Amino acid sequence: MIKAWFKSGTPWVWLNAAAVSACLIMVVGVLGLILVRGAGHFWPSQIVQFSYQEPDGKIQTIIGEHVDTSITPAAMAKSTGYKMADDEDTLVQYLVKAGNRDITGTDFRWILERNVKQQQAPAELMVVERREWGNFYGRLVAVKESGKIIAEGDGAWPIIQTRIDQALAVFEEITYLEKKEIGAINYSLEKLRLEQKKLQLKNRWDAAAEQRLAAEKADLEIEYKKHQAQLSELYKKIRRDSLVAKTESGTEVEIPLNKVVRVFQPNTMSLFDKIGHYGVKVLEFLTDDPREANTEGGIFPAIFGTVMMVMMMSIIVTPFGVIAAVYLREYAKQGFITRLIRISVNNLAGVPSIVYGVFGLGFFVYILGGNIDQLFFPEAAPAPVYGTPGLLWASITLALLTLPVVIVSTEEGLARIPSSIREGSLALGATKLETLWLTVLPMASPAMMTGLILAVARAAGEVAPLMLVGVVKLAPTLPLDGNYPFLHLDRKFMHLGFHIYDVGFQSPNVEAARPLVYATALLLVLVIVGLNLAAIIIRNNLREKYRALEG
Amino acid sequence: MSEINIPIKQLPLEQLPKESKRSIKISSGEYHQRWRLIKDTLAHYGVVAGGLGVIVAIVLIFFYLLYVVYPLFISANAEPVSEYAVPEQALGNTLLLEVEEQNEVGARFTDSGQVVFFEAATGKTLLTQAVAIPEGAHITSFAQGSPINEGAVIYGLSDGRAVIVKHQYKVTYPNNVRVITPSLKYPLGEQPLVLDNSGAALEKIAVKVGENATTIVVKTADTPQGGGKIRLISFQKEQSLFADEAALTRTDSVLEQSAAGIAGILIDKEEANLYLISNDGQLGFFDIGDKSRPSLRQQQNVVDAGQKITSVAFLNSGLSLMIGDSSGLVAQWSMVKDKLNRPAMQKIRSFKVSDKAVVAINAEQRRKGFMTTDADGVVGIYHSTAEREMIKERVSDALPTAAVLSPRANALLVQSVDGKMHFWHVDNEHPEVSIKSLWQKVWYESYPKPAYTWQSSSANSDFEPKYSLTPLVFGTLKAAFYAMLVAMPLALMGAIYTAYFMAPQMRQYVKPSIEIMGALPTVILGFLAGLWLAPFMEEHLAGLFAMLMIVPVGVVLFAFAWSFVPKVIADNLSEGWDAAILVPVILLSGWFAFKVSVPLETFLFHGTLRDWFKTELGIGYDQRNAMVVGVAMGFAVIPTIFSIAEDAIFSVPKHLTVGSLALGATPWQTMVRVVLLTASPGIFSAVMIGFGRAVGETMIVLMATGNTPVMDLSVFQGLRTLAANIAVEMPESEVDSTHYRVLFLAALVLFMFTFVFNTLAEVIRQRLREKYSSL
Repeated sequence: MIKAWFKSGTPWVWLNAAAVSACLIMVVGVLGLILVRGAGHFWPSQIVQFSYQEPDGKIQTIIGEHVDTSITPAAMAKSTGYKMADDEDTLVQYLVKAGNRDITGTDFRWILERNVKQQQAPAELMVVERREWGNFYGRLVAVKESGKIIAEGDGAWPIIQTRIDQALAVFEEITYLEKKEIGAINYSLEKLRLEQKKLQLKNRWDAAAEQRLAAEKADLEIEYKKHQAQLSELYKKIRRDSLVAKTESGTEVEIPLNKVVRVFQPNTMSLFDKIGHYGVKVLEFLTDDPREANTEGGIFPAIFGTVMMVMMMSIIVTPFGVIAAVYLREYAKQGFITRLIRISVNNLAGVPSIVYGVFGLGFFVYILGGNIDQLFFPEAAPAPVYGTPGLLWASITLALLTLPVVIVSTEEGLARIPSSIREGSLALGATKLETLWLTVLPMASPAMMTGLILAVARAAGEVAPLMLVGVVKLAPTLPLDGNYPFLHLDRKFMHLGFHIYDVGFQSPNVEAARPLVYATALLLVLVIVGLNLAAIIIRNNLREKYRALEG
Repeated sequence: MSEINIPIKQLPLEQLPKESKRSIKISSGEYHQRWRLIKDTLAHYGVVAGGLGVIVAIVLIFFYLLYVVYPLFISANAEPVSEYAVPEQALGNTLLLEVEEQNEVGARFTDSGQVVFFEAATGKTLLTQAVAIPEGAHITSFAQGSPINEGAVIYGLSDGRAVIVKHQYKVTYPNNVRVITPSLKYPLGEQPLVLDNSGAALEKIAVKVGENATTIVVKTADTPQGGGKIRLISFQKEQSLFADEAALTRTDSVLEQSAAGIAGILIDKEEANLYLISNDGQLGFFDIGDKSRPSLRQQQNVVDAGQKITSVAFLNSGLSLMIGDSSGLVAQWSMVKDKLNRPAMQKIRSFKVSDKAVVAINAEQRRKGFMTTDADGVVGIYHSTAEREMIKERVSDALPTAAVLSPRANALLVQSVDGKMHFWHVDNEHPEVSIKSLWQKVWYESYPKPAYTWQSSSANSDFEPKYSLTPLVFGTLKAAFYAMLVAMPLALMGAIYTAYFMAPQMRQYVKPSIEIMGALPTVILGFLAGLWLAPFMEEHLAGLFAMLMIVPVGVVLFAFAWSFVPKVIADNLSEGWDAAILVPVILLSGWFAFKVSVPLETFLFHGTLRDWFKTELGIGYDQRNAMVVGVAMGFAVIPTIFSIAEDAIFSVPKHLTVGSLALGATPWQTMVRVVLLTASPGIFSAVMIGFGRAVGETMIVLMATGNTPVMDLSVFQGLRTLAANIAVEMPESEVDSTHYRVLFLAALVLFMFTFVFNTLAEVIRQRLREKYSSL
């Protein structure tokens, strides 16, 4: 019976089925892991107060978020050096985010469950999100204005909220002044310097030019002085208030409000409050600049950089990809040459992405960029303009990388258009170009769209070549801003994928940065899965449409 | 829609064509028609050019990589620039020739204590200066001190005294023209140093002038009072906190070694080791770390019987000696730790330079190259690590008496016995790389034995770069191998099931979800592998192994049990939906495996499996290892293989399978004997494309391995791949340096590798397509 069953091959079929199931479990598992860890990060978790017995027997209070629990079997725990009682099967440890890095030196600590004597969640515990040193956990004691206490005890909480809102408004003003206004002045000054050098190089640096530039420079400097005065006024204002808080060990700490992003008491929040908080945090994540070496705050520059790069790439790759596909399908005689091209396209698709990076760096950046600099920007020397990695070269490199995707997809679309349509058009007297332009290409446009979407998805997730041709961990300025000529193709930019690599692996405080990396990964996955699903849906619709046409 | 159409249809029928006919007539004419045709032709050429551009692109990538790599393999060349009479020949014979950094000024140190500075290219004398040799004494020995660009030399005198002189070149730019002014300086004062109190002549001398210490070793002549001695004198600069002037402390000692027959003395850069060369080919190696108590470490013969040592020089680091003998052989002796971990001199390679004696060896100052001059006037430039002969040229027909290689190793100056100077330019950019140094075991300086090593840079300036691509290729193949080990069974079995057994409704969802799996950015997979999977695996190693064994058994058991389910229910549920039914089974058995692994581990291995591997089998465990990479990269490769293999199996013509089934074969038999056989080229090409992808994958290996370039087959050890190596080192590498070009070579290797695999796979697939259409 069993023998016959085995002989029929049924178990093999089941094992094959198991392979499919395993693949599906892996996909769902990975997506689920990213979803849970990424989306959970912004939820305000409870602040717990542990009474903890240290190894030396002293009882200590620890305040913090309970982040993780690890359960180690007794044998393994013993082998790593823990003393285990006979009746204990497992060693339970909690990972607590205790914050206060400026005081204790670390954000996180592992504690043993068996040494936790008491565990509470007092309502008055608060979290202070700071611009430096990570979170602060503790109790609010007082609010100070210019060093004098203006509120204390229970009365302090409502006051602190309004004061923080004021401080945040001032902070926003300061950021605007520093980044936009003064940034623009600095940009103009730099342009003036380059202009002067350019004129000198061309031997046209005369009194008139000198006067003109000096006048412009003076104007800018006046404006700069004005902003500087405004700024110092604002700084005085923002430094006025501070809060006094008590840490777990009872030490009182004064935190100036210019260093505070927000203050909240998660243990008193209702579900509704928490949802609101969640929304605010997600919004901050999507629209703010990163803080603290990218481990806190938002990822807006990375999103912006990715989008800019992908758009530039699309503009470059679409015409080339479509033309190549049209050539293969509509113009070329099928034979040796087309076969060669198809093999080339396939090879392009199979070349490791890092090789594109190497090629881009050597050919685009150093050869093309270097020559452009010599020809058009002699005044900037020795600082490179285009002879250094930047947005333009990254876009071109990725366009080359994604070219096969667009070609293959467009070709497939063209192949599906029945030849009767082309013949009909030609029979009515249209030239080949007109046939192509007015009938074939419009019909193939969804296929091109699919190709482009897939190319965008590929480009958005690619990191290795970008590391060589233009991505940086922190770009001071966006590639698009209010300074003429607005789009700065020579600038370096930030990228979501590289952000994940950098924060996850190069940051000094990986443990603290990890939730943010998961959140970034979730965002990237959502974008890419969304794009791919869109491509799949368009492709399926397309097939249906042509099936109808053929029938 | 129809409502809008009505008014148009209601128009008189002839009106439409008439209108449009008229409009064409008005606006067109000959001109318009011609313009249409011109546009058509233009578009034609444009499209053809665009299409061929794709080929151009791939060819461009290939040739550009080749263009950058090519200079690594061209041989160097040297060409004569000028030849002139020795400047100021009357001032004595040349003891030492020098050329400064810019190759503009040369210097000739004569045996009469004069220094002649001259233009290197023309021989025009710029300056002649006498060294402060005291009255009544004459020069009996001479030696070059610290590395040439610091320029110290020492004169040993007939009365037991010595003078140390430094030659310097000051570069100034008056009126934007470079002017180099040579001068002499006395670092230990102009007063001669008394080295031998008895006043015996200094027959041989050696010096090392360092930042804070100067060490001199002399061999004194035999005197009526006794035989010659070898003395070691060291001056230690004691920087006082308050005084600007540093005080010098002098230490004197005498080596317990007969001075007879000592032909050469060498002190290494650190002033810690001393080498004595004797006439009969003996090399004595002394530890002079403690200047007051020099001790003999080793004494051995370094040339073949009957040969004599004719020249000796350090390589730039001072870690190895190049010893040239009378048979034209140059051997590299390096300090290597022996079995008892004591330093010992060992011959690590030799070069057959000439048939004549090697009269001079000059080491390059910044690389591991050296120049040899033989008794025939033939000059050769070699690189020790790469074991490459870069240049071999006859510089002069007469016997050369002195030779020097410029500090940047781009010019050489040779004086010959016929009173001529020969100035040559040398073009030798990348001597470090040879086929051997890239792919074979190389014996590096102070390594105990030849090894495959990749270590491209270090903070130390006279570091020996180690460009062996072998460990990187090994790492690449190892990572790809483990990835394929994970991916191949899952992807191919999954493809078989999906293409042939799965219900169409389910297939409709399964295919896109696995394709989505392929679209996941590898940086995310790498991040999960490095930060989540690696610690997880470290903790649950036993659970994973248990899962590998228990899950398949669980599936088969479940399948067997399923065969007892009444047919009515089974058919309704399972026809092509087995995969869905199996999901809970796999999850359950996986969970069970993890649960049962804990007591099992304790019972079988008395602790953790990891410790057991380490103590019982001696296999160490890295947290980021090949297994983590295998799983993560396998995950990335599965969709590629799955998708292509599934296509190949799915498009096997239906009549083949139907025929087989009709003849009584079970579905599985049909699958194995008919479908797989027909689709095998497609499956093969799927595997190859998957392999190509695994080889080139960068981010996953970058993040999930420790990036250590070790050659170790163990699953639990890390690795470094070609791609990750490029990503790590490319941003820091200097443009057009050897390192930069070697990284391009790594990229070219990757490119060629995937090119071959993809082309092969594509050709096979095209064949298969033709085959299917003919079936």
